[in-house]
Amino acid sequence: MEIERHEYDVVVIGAGGAGLRAAIEARQQGKRTAIVCKSLFGKAHTVMAEGGAAAAMGNVNPDDNWMVHFRDTMRGGKFLNNWRMAELHAKEAPDRVWELEAWGALFDRTKDGKISQRNFGGHEYPRLAHVGDRTGLELIRTLQQRVVALQQEDFETHGDHEAYIKVFAECTVTRLLKDGDRIAGGFGYWRESGNFVVFDAPAVVLATGGIGKSYVVTSNSWEYTGDGHALALLAGAKLINMEFIQFHPTGMVWPPSVRGILVTESVRGDGGVLRNSDGERFMFKYIPEVFKDKYATTEEEGDRWYTDQANNRRPPELLPRDEVARAINAEVKAGRGSPQGGVFLDVSTRLPAEEIKRRLPSMHHQFKELADVDITAEPMQVGPTCHYIMGGVEVDADTGAAAVPGLFAAGEVSGGMHGSNRLGGNSLSDLLVFGRRAGAGAAAYIDSLPARPKVVQELVEEAHTEALAPLGRSGENPYEVHHELQRTMNELVGIIRKAEEVSEALEAVEKLKERVQLVGAAGSRIYNPGWHLAIDLRNMVLVSECVARAALLREESRGGHTRDDFPGMNPVWRRKLLVCSTEDGSSVTVEEKVQPSMADHLIKLFDRDELTKYLTDEEMTEFDGIAKS
Amino acid sequence: MSYKAKFKVWRGEGGEGKLEDFTVEVNEGEVVLDIIHRLQATQAPDLAVRWNCKAGKCGSCSMEINGKPRLGCMTRMSTFTEDETITVTPMRTFPVIKDLVTDVSFNYEKAREIPSFTPPAGVRPGEYRMKQVDVERSQEFRKCIECFMCNNICHVIRDHEENKPAFAGPRFLMRIAELDMHPYDVADRQESAQEEHGLGYCNITKCCTEVCPEHIKITDNALIPMKERVADRKYDPIVWLGNKIFKRAK
Repeated sequence: MEIERHEYDVVVIGAGGAGLRAAIEARQQGKRTAIVCKSLFGKAHTVMAEGGAAAAMGNVNPDDNWMVHFRDTMRGGKFLNNWRMAELHAKEAPDRVWELEAWGALFDRTKDGKISQRNFGGHEYPRLAHVGDRTGLELIRTLQQRVVALQQEDFETHGDHEAYIKVFAECTVTRLLKDGDRIAGGFGYWRESGNFVVFDAPAVVLATGGIGKSYVVTSNSWEYTGDGHALALLAGAKLINMEFIQFHPTGMVWPPSVRGILVTESVRGDGGVLRNSDGERFMFKYIPEVFKDKYATTEEEGDRWYTDQANNRRPPELLPRDEVARAINAEVKAGRGSPQGGVFLDVSTRLPAEEIKRRLPSMHHQFKELADVDITAEPMQVGPTCHYIMGGVEVDADTGAAAVPGLFAAGEVSGGMHGSNRLGGNSLSDLLVFGRRAGAGAAAYIDSLPARPKVVQELVEEAHTEALAPLGRSGENPYEVHHELQRTMNELVGIIRKAEEVSEALEAVEKLKERVQLVGAAGSRIYNPGWHLAIDLRNMVLVSECVARAALLREESRGGHTRDDFPGMNPVWRRKLLVCSTEDGSSVTVEEKVQPSMADHLIKLFDRDELTKYLTDEEMTEFDGIAKS
Repeated sequence: MSYKAKFKVWRGEGGEGKLEDFTVEVNEGEVVLDIIHRLQATQAPDLAVRWNCKAGKCGSCSMEINGKPRLGCMTRMSTFTEDETITVTPMRTFPVIKDLVTDVSFNYEKAREIPSFTPPAGVRPGEYRMKQVDVERSQEFRKCIECFMCNNICHVIRDHEENKPAFAGPRFLMRIAELDMHPYDVADRQESAQEEHGLGYCNITKCCTEVCPEHIKITDNALIPMKERVADRKYDPIVWLGNKIFKRAK
């Protein structure tokens, strides 16, 4: 058994926004850092982010500040958010965006030359720094170029570009390695050659993104197989909030091959409206009780808001994503859908064609090329698509540290920040804020270590055997097992859930687990996608079980978890987090945990009336005590 | 709506390979990448192809379709007739790893050779002030999704391995132009564009612009203006005299 070995201080798994920002931080703090990613450098899923990065810079509306952003974030997450994360995020996002500009990013500008900010669902003021509708690309490219800049610096000082920061592209990590309780490194393979590699490192930062590939209709790329979620579980860490999955309200619905591909929320932020087959702007019917006083009740008021925000309320097309997705789902179910099974999203009658092309160039391009639809002349057809998982590794808010010493997580793979539903634009800022914090957390952890943990050879051999297994078998086609998992999750643990269906999904997942053990991959180890998928299936099935188990237990509807059999929000459930773990590496157990109460200085940012919609009577009594003091 | 299409797909590894014939189902609205995926799922599970977003935003699935560099995810099957045989091969300018996957490390090496964004000393984050009209030129180039098809098609290196060390390719010459036009970049990039990165090799045949899936006007907006900037400087008598005096003083 010949295995390549590398020694690093910090290994970052994933090269999207969170991973790159973590790696940059670790390197800036003098740590030798490896970035390990499944795709080529610069291709991570972050490039798909369109709308922007939310940061209360107050460039467009000076009334904006971190407290307003914090409140919006908590409301969007239906108060289930880890409040400390939401606080850090709101406070630090502006610095993280400005820093990108100093690294070469070119955001769209305001008239006075500052970074322009756009409206988005759930954000009280225009808050998203953006570049047309390709903000994610700008973010990833800027961070990629920052990594290159650091490598150029290292070349100047050490004569080697890769002395302190190196990218291992097209390399997949299949196991984290521990020395006793602590992280000691990771085991993986090169996709290109099929050769194996061991990273010997005391700190690992997970930044692997989400789990969307467990669903049929998704905006996510093939990489989103829940690797980090599964690696963390298998290493003994815990996942929280796994029942909360965001179905983005507007994915393409036609042609079938592009079903699920994202249509940015900026279409609505810039004036686009949703209509059903009767031509009705139906969102006015779906403003929930908790948001009644914050949204326009007539089309006229909603339309005035785009030019006069001080005297009008937002149109309900800009409700948080969970609300809009459910509304679209209900309209289609009621038989008022579009010909291809979605609803109409129209910007063509709302903005001049040139303005649409300037503000939404990549949407214009995408519809033209993939669906033969000119969005400046006709409406789009859109429907919900699996987009983002709010749940993930339970981490310390300040450092990104997971329960396993040496393990850190940031971005979509971590849980807590977004509560039960993420606001659009809060993902790119989350990546930057907590990517940096996880990189710093890992660096500080290493400094505090008395001795470097050692990679245990036995674990390396186990990981090696596990990774090779599908190649030797003449078993079932992994693509078929994958399709069945996707169908199961889509149909039974989708946007609207009920107990019988989720239980049925759990039985199906149990059977799929057995089938995953038996899948076989033909061909060699060289760039063999069938083999790669066979390995990824372990992660997808494990993470799907977490989603289904937690979804069955939470008997209420909140954010990205809607139970047909428990339609309302229940304040008692707001205090409960569902925590997933695994003992044996194959079955998942879920335990309830009490959500810590919000800090006094934060809870005081809300009106009493608003809090009564979310908190229990007992909590309200506590609040009255705090408010008096 | 669905029909059986005839495909020829280049398959092989380790420097050897050949076109293999497939007959495969095609449904309405599908793109070439869908068909490659169907081949993987039904006939050739180890067929290697790069892809990610499937929406023309990441630039992973670059390939040559009937000899033309294209993104597999943005090439609709409806652009071919049903009886046409569609030939899919890997990008020609880069060494093949396996099937449709090529070794594109050339591009990452070139990226590293271009000095990074250099802001003036003393401007702190948050203090940058730029007009929209001034950032738009560089923003056009930053739309680049790094599919590397411009570098693949460029005749300077497409069949001339020997030119690779001295030529950054349209992608990275455009990167130099992007930085040169960035309102806050203070590095001197014009001389090195010509002397170190091979701008002079470009004879503006516009092949790069034609294949760009983002429709960036690489030649007209990046390469030609960059050439003009270099020429202005090289042949400007005052700059020429200044350089002479400067050199003599040294």
